[in-house]
Amino acid sequence: MSSVHDWTPTNPVKENRSGLIGKPVDRYEGPLKVTGTAPYAYEVQTPSPPAYGVMVGATIATGRITGVDIAEAEATAGVLIVWTHLNAPTQAPRGTKVHPRSSAGSKPALENDRVTYFGQPVALVVGETLEAATAGAHRVKLTYAEDHPDVDFRARLDAAVSPVGEEDVEIGNFARGFTESPVQLDQTWHTPIQNHCQMEPCASTVWFEGGKCVAHTSVQMVKPAQHGLAETIGIPRDDVHLMTRYIGGGFGGKGQTYDDLVLAALAARALGRPVKVAFTRQQMMHGTIHRPATVMRVRLGAEKDGRLNAMSMMTWTHCHRDGNFTEHASNFSRALYAAPNRLTGHRLVKLDLPGAGPMRAPGEASGTLSLECAMDELAEQLGLDPVELRIRNEPPTDPENGRPFSMRQLVRCLREGAQMFGWDRRLPTPGLVRDGRWLVGMGMAAAIRGNFLLPAKCSFTVDADGVITVKQGMTDIGTGTYTVLAQIAAETLGVPLGQVRVEIGDSELPPAPGSGGQFGAATAGSAALAAGQNLRTAIAELATGDEASPLFGGRPVDVTFQDGLVAIGNRSEALAELIRRAAPEGLTVEGEIRPAADAREWSQQTYGAHYCEVGVDPVTGEVRVRRMLGVFAAGRILNAKTARSQLTGGMIWGVGSALTEGNAVDPRYGSLINQDLAQYLVPVQADIGDLEAIMLDEVDDKANPMGVKGVGELGNSGAGAAVANAIYNACGVRVRDYPITPDKLLAGLIARGL
Amino acid sequence: MRPFTYERATDAQSAVRAAVETPGARFIAGGTNLLDLMKLEIEQPQHLIDVGRLPMAGIESLADGGLRIGGAATNTAVASDPAVRARFPVLSEAIVAGGSPQLRNKASVAGNLMQRTRCAYFYDTAKPCNKRAPGSGCGALEGLNRNAAIFGASHACVATHPSDMAVALAALDARIETLTPSGESRSFTILDLHRLPGETPQIETHLIAGELITAVVLPPPPPGGQVYRKVRDRASYAGGLASVAVAGGQVALGMVAHKPWRAAEAEGALASGASPAEAIARELDGASTLGRNDFKVPLVARLVAAAIGEANGRGA
Ligand SMILES: Cc1cc2nc3c(=O)[nH]c(=O)nc-3n(C[C@H](O)[C@H](O)[C@H](O)COP(=O)(O)OP(=O)(O)OC[C@H]3O[C@@H](n4cnc5c(N)ncnc54)[C@H](O)[C@@H]3O)c2cc1C
Ligand code: SF4
Repeated sequence: MSSVHDWTPTNPVKENRSGLIGKPVDRYEGPLKVTGTAPYAYEVQTPSPPAYGVMVGATIATGRITGVDIAEAEATAGVLIVWTHLNAPTQAPRGTKVHPRSSAGSKPALENDRVTYFGQPVALVVGETLEAATAGAHRVKLTYAEDHPDVDFRARLDAAVSPVGEEDVEIGNFARGFTESPVQLDQTWHTPIQNHCQMEPCASTVWFEGGKCVAHTSVQMVKPAQHGLAETIGIPRDDVHLMTRYIGGGFGGKGQTYDDLVLAALAARALGRPVKVAFTRQQMMHGTIHRPATVMRVRLGAEKDGRLNAMSMMTWTHCHRDGNFTEHASNFSRALYAAPNRLTGHRLVKLDLPGAGPMRAPGEASGTLSLECAMDELAEQLGLDPVELRIRNEPPTDPENGRPFSMRQLVRCLREGAQMFGWDRRLPTPGLVRDGRWLVGMGMAAAIRGNFLLPAKCSFTVDADGVITVKQGMTDIGTGTYTVLAQIAAETLGVPLGQVRVEIGDSELPPAPGSGGQFGAATAGSAALAAGQNLRTAIAELATGDEASPLFGGRPVDVTFQDGLVAIGNRSEALAELIRRAAPEGLTVEGEIRPAADAREWSQQTYGAHYCEVGVDPVTGEVRVRRMLGVFAAGRILNAKTARSQLTGGMIWGVGSALTEGNAVDPRYGSLINQDLAQYLVPVQADIGDLEAIMLDEVDDKANPMGVKGVGELGNSGAGAAVANAIYNACGVRVRDYPITPDKLLAGLIARGL
Repeated sequence: MRPFTYERATDAQSAVRAAVETPGARFIAGGTNLLDLMKLEIEQPQHLIDVGRLPMAGIESLADGGLRIGGAATNTAVASDPAVRARFPVLSEAIVAGGSPQLRNKASVAGNLMQRTRCAYFYDTAKPCNKRAPGSGCGALEGLNRNAAIFGASHACVATHPSDMAVALAALDARIETLTPSGESRSFTILDLHRLPGETPQIETHLIAGELITAVVLPPPPPGGQVYRKVRDRASYAGGLASVAVAGGQVALGMVAHKPWRAAEAEGALASGASPAEAIARELDGASTLGRNDFKVPLVARLVAAAIGEANGRGA
């Protein structure tokens, strides 16, 4: 069995001889993206002219389809196929796994007459052109027997129960600890549904070639997509070649596939030609998953010196009637602050809403919006600085299970952030600082997000030109996977970056888990490092065993790789020359990473601290972020540029969560009100003032052989709370119902006599 | 989108003629509003007459100190015009408060005036909406109507007109010049362009079928400072929750009614010496709300008082 201690010996990433690891190198696929030539799933060139499929969404939230009239749709010029549940091709029943080890079961589209959420795809129209299909789709006439949708989350909290298989976690005696605490806080926060709003809507292009199903789709995880499609359309898994080469944002929303993939495959099979199916922007809102709304009750009991006696965080949330997904917004609090008496848990209510699912920093993103504001409120009650309150509650070991931290630099993030931001200039009394018409305030919050390592494989090939090709069934959802894999390969084999090719997003490449839970770079990168080390060994053996090589007769372990040369001491030759001569067909090796058996003996997280300055217009309740700083400790940074982009992107999401983002349900229809990006407001350039993310030096040896951790979700955790706390400091109003829009803030401003 | 035919008009006369002679014809200029609505099949014209390249995009100074702005002038051209910026800054400020640079580069003055509401129920074709489907009911009336009108709404429709530019034009007493299908020119105040919803919210203006907006004429600016302020959820690229244009003693409100709302009551009060706060309170006596949009009353009260103060400061 493996151990984290096996990772202790040095390796090429740790040595970083060429200095490529950590360097802010440009994106590997950047030129393709900025010139509009990266073929996203919908833009992939097909071997013959494609047909275009357009889905029709249900206009009720729950009930049955009672009438289908497709005559007019079928008669529309250019329309090739019109399918509803009545005439769609047979698919394997939901959940079927013919192959017992399939990582996903069958997910049939147009399954039956049952509608379980507004916008559920209930028909497909395929046409010669997108326009023909769209026109046909508008002409599909369905009638429904509508049930009254049960969708009003806040009105249905009474129906919430513990998620299946979960119990509340209590340490010590929370009730007693809380009651006996001289300083108490008990408040409730609300967060709304959020939609992922990826730039690229979900889309698929599929054709059949020599009996094989060639499927390009936009998905974060390759294997489940491949397996799920094969199971659904009833063909062997190896007969599906699934690719997802470029992905225009995932954020968890593309952790699964949607009906576009299955429908494109079924239509391609029926028509014998390639078919493209994409969600429209409007369809994305209902037709894919969302981050569910939460109600979070936080109770904190503290001593007068600020030490917490008791901490409780209970989250109510919702999921689809047939689902089980739980937004675990309370979980992160189990590792954040010391307190002897603790109670945390979740309650779930099932509703006739579209599927709830993971979105960037699931749990933390919502959860910090309550707890990190509660800490701010408690600090004020105690007359303590919010940074100091957090430092006083820094636990020596994991407060829930007593395990040592693999590495925890939260306090350093807090302190360095405070200093860099000029936190000492903050006035603890709100409402005292003015700049023109703006009231100005500062807020801060801590950031925390778990770190994970999953099993993955990777292959490296060196060819006769000395080019290294990295192959892995990994994805790049815009995070920088291509780039960091290229850096690891170049550094490991001692070749310039320009001599590395990266091929990912393909089911026929060595499997990797994909992108999610900020485990991508650590997982894919560790497998790449292993492949690189194996290729080094293979090359070293080749060189030292080749009479024509100047390295002949040396010990393979003494071979070094740098500047495109293989060398032992001052004996060297070009890598390309060696391969051309001794292995003209090239050399290919695989590498693999598995989680260490003892990894769970450490509590392992990434950490950070956010500092934010906002202006509040006391007349209108408008809030504008003026500047924001995040300081993060997340292991070794592989690429300072892509990592920073991840962190600042997360922070911007936090700004959106605090100020603008959210969707609301109209309980009469069970639908979401905001259905495009003119209504669903994510931050724009003008909303983001001066924004910076700093990454502290860190190597976490317990994380993986490289000592890197994830940054993809950390920036999102806590950022919104820092904004909310800054709003309070600016104007003295706390809004505990996100997003903090002018209408909500105005009520508080008026109440304060402002 | 439904199939449609397209022609590019070469002169205004033939454009209006084609508009009445071709069934289902509509003008199109920048297309930034109409095309979006056509894609969703909220608008279903059978024929488009492109008026975006008609020779009516100029901006000329008039002898009386006013300005004539061609109906096809882009929003960007108007907002950046030196004469507009010098003498009608409220108009420039209002235009740049709307949309994004890309939209303003395409959007025309006439199209901006004629843009349709941003009511979410109007956009969702699965919902009742008297404006989109007359007689189907009003989804917003008892729905998520945070942005509903507080002046002049009806049971049939509580939508607001979303234009920023039109609010400034209303405050500036702009006149609209048109060409009717019979070839006559008309001119009327902008306050007579848009209608209140009443029982027929689908009829949004007093234009007759096929009537073309050829120009907007600004009289000389009234004495006093000018200010445009728009309240919105995010800093840019968002429809307003409320807005106000002040030009001297003339005040117009945006996103509070089915049309740009000239605050006549407030102006009267100001003229007779009331404070800005008193004056706008007088106007808001006529407001009615639906619950979710209650906040607009205090918001407008505070916004207008602040804007008048700011305009007075600029005018001094
Ligand atoms: C995402 C988004 C955000 C926006 N935000 C804002 C905002 O914050 N503030 C704001 O004010 N606006 C906003 N807009 C609206 C924008 O200002 C309008 O779309 C634009 O002004 C319309 O002008 P156009 O020339 O493109 O009109 P078109 O789309 O071409 O036409 C619109 C209407 O005007 C009619 N029309 C055009 N020309 C004439 C004419 N000469 N005579 C008679 N009728 C005519 C057309 O028949 C059509 O009905 C936004 C739009 C979008 C898409
Ligand atoms: S307010 Fe007007 S536009 Fe909105 S749903 Fe009602 S009728 Fe339609």
